[in-house]
Amino acid sequence: MALSDPTPEGRFGEFGGRFVPETLVPACRLIEEAFSEAWLDPAFRAELDGLLTNYAGRPSPVTECPTLSEELGLRLLLKREDLNHTGSHKINNVLGQALLARRMGKSRLLAETGAGQHGVATATAAALLGMECCVYMGEVDVARQELNVFRMRLLGAEVRTAMSGSRTLKDAINEAMRDWVATVEDSYYCLGSVMGPHPYPFMVRTFQEVIGTEARRQCEELLGGVPDVVCASVGGGSNAIGIFSGFVDSDAQLVGVEPAGGAAVGRGVPGVVHGSASYLMQDEFGQVLEAESISAGLDYPGVGPEHSYLAATGRARYESVTDAEVVEAFQLLSRTEGIIPALEPAHALAWVSRERESLAGGSVLLNLSGRGDKDVAQMMEILS
Amino acid sequence: MNGPGLVENALRERRERGGKALVPYVTGGLGDDWTATVEAVAAAGADVIEIGIPFSDPVMDGPTIQEANDRSLRAGATPPGILDALGGLDVGVPLVVMTYYNIAFRMGLKRFAASLAAAGVSGCILPDLPLEETGPWAQAADESGVETILLAAPTTPDDRLPAICERSRGFVYGVGLLGVTGVRAELASSACRIAERLKAVTDRPVLVGVGVGTPGQAVEVSRHGDGVVVGSAVVQRMLDGAGPEGVASLVADFRRALDDAY
Repeated sequence: MALSDPTPEGRFGEFGGRFVPETLVPACRLIEEAFSEAWLDPAFRAELDGLLTNYAGRPSPVTECPTLSEELGLRLLLKREDLNHTGSHKINNVLGQALLARRMGKSRLLAETGAGQHGVATATAAALLGMECCVYMGEVDVARQELNVFRMRLLGAEVRTAMSGSRTLKDAINEAMRDWVATVEDSYYCLGSVMGPHPYPFMVRTFQEVIGTEARRQCEELLGGVPDVVCASVGGGSNAIGIFSGFVDSDAQLVGVEPAGGAAVGRGVPGVVHGSASYLMQDEFGQVLEAESISAGLDYPGVGPEHSYLAATGRARYESVTDAEVVEAFQLLSRTEGIIPALEPAHALAWVSRERESLAGGSVLLNLSGRGDKDVAQMMEILS
Repeated sequence: MNGPGLVENALRERRERGGKALVPYVTGGLGDDWTATVEAVAAAGADVIEIGIPFSDPVMDGPTIQEANDRSLRAGATPPGILDALGGLDVGVPLVVMTYYNIAFRMGLKRFAASLAAAGVSGCILPDLPLEETGPWAQAADESGVETILLAAPTTPDDRLPAICERSRGFVYGVGLLGVTGVRAELASSACRIAERLKAVTDRPVLVGVGVGTPGQAVEVSRHGDGVVVGSAVVQRMLDGAGPEGVASLVADFRRALDDAY
């Protein structure tokens, strides 16, 4: 049994849906239809598989961590999404959506980005397929991720700075949606996570299921079965849903790790923003709170609706870690295994490190969703 | 609710007299004198007044209303505070609230609908709540006698328009262009087109808003519909510190232009 499909209305239990201005409803319906058709079309699937293999470098390996495993007293396996082209799992989803956009006759890709990884991946796909690309990024993130801003521009994308609100990922999404409301006829909104209006949470999950499918097979080979724990960081939640998808039908515990300053599942209550109903950090009147995290990629007060559903049903649980624990974990993996992780997956490792006693003797599969090159300038400041 | 409510009656009455309706938008909680602005706008000839309850993430709004939202929220405005203030007003024309769905969702749909009714608010517009998602809210609103006004957009296919008009109460809000709220130099041709398309399928009053920012544009688009919603132009006056009289004088300009033309 895999993750369940949403209802025709795009619901996962009470979560999900399609809460967008009327202007965008027809576009969401067209994307839903086009995606359903494309996914059943062998030619589309073959083209996507070809790009994932020959362009993005899939399958990504699973790496054993002998030194760190010994230090933590458990068996740690890393799913190496950091080794993908463009440096993170984001490329899996973007290649799928960019091919879909082209199939739908759209000429312009529109995206939001937090840490810049989704923006870079979208700019990459646009360059590859000869499409225009416009990426919205909060002013705070533009400052702390300037290398990725440069990368996007190098790839031919236009990067627009979102100046409203908290000037981070939430506001980049607001600006991207406002752009889409005005340009919906020729632009395709390439959303970066398992969030937004139906069919995005379902479609992005489907494109990210490749992580879990590969990892399940790799774990069978390495462990002769499934790991005791599968963990991943959660902002919107696309890398986590991707790896969870391979293990939801097994005995493995599924653990999503949120930043303490953006713990939508941990501290939120149900709400509706950016197109779907889900757990949301908000005040008593329904105003969305500003997340605060060291990681631009997880600096988001909401979470994908399917994670809210998995939390509500108890199939997955959601923990949070502090920025200080993340900084420790970032250094720990670099030092012990020669792998510099992105700050986002460093959250999952921070949780494993903190919980080493309760996890002792067990096996843990961690989705290393991205590499840390983009974070070294920020870490240099923090550590100096 | 059974039969037309106060909003629909007021707009039908205007139409039956051969006139065109004017619905200005005032951001709740923007400045200490915002309730005086509501009163002055009513006196200047509004048929219905839209009151914006600010939301932190208004994806359908352009820079002017975003700025108004931010200022109002920074000044401490809350949904109950704004509704309390409205409850103390008697402006002689129906009021409708415009906000985003999470504000209603957070308070609880029944409680929010009852709060609107208790504050003397007759209708409600939630721009991020499209037809398919409107059921639970519309039911709560119906039970409290609050008119749920739905939007139709230039992208809405013809076969979807009748269902929107059928479920809408008060009036049908035609979105004048592809884009967010804000004043534009020219009236988009899509504004006239959406009014015509809606008029072809409904007897309910059809008002056009989004991108209707000058009296001339209001006159032009009203040739095809029953009137206009004017948001950003009015709110810009509030942001500029024009005060109740300054805002009212702009509304009076719109009123005069519509009355002269029709």
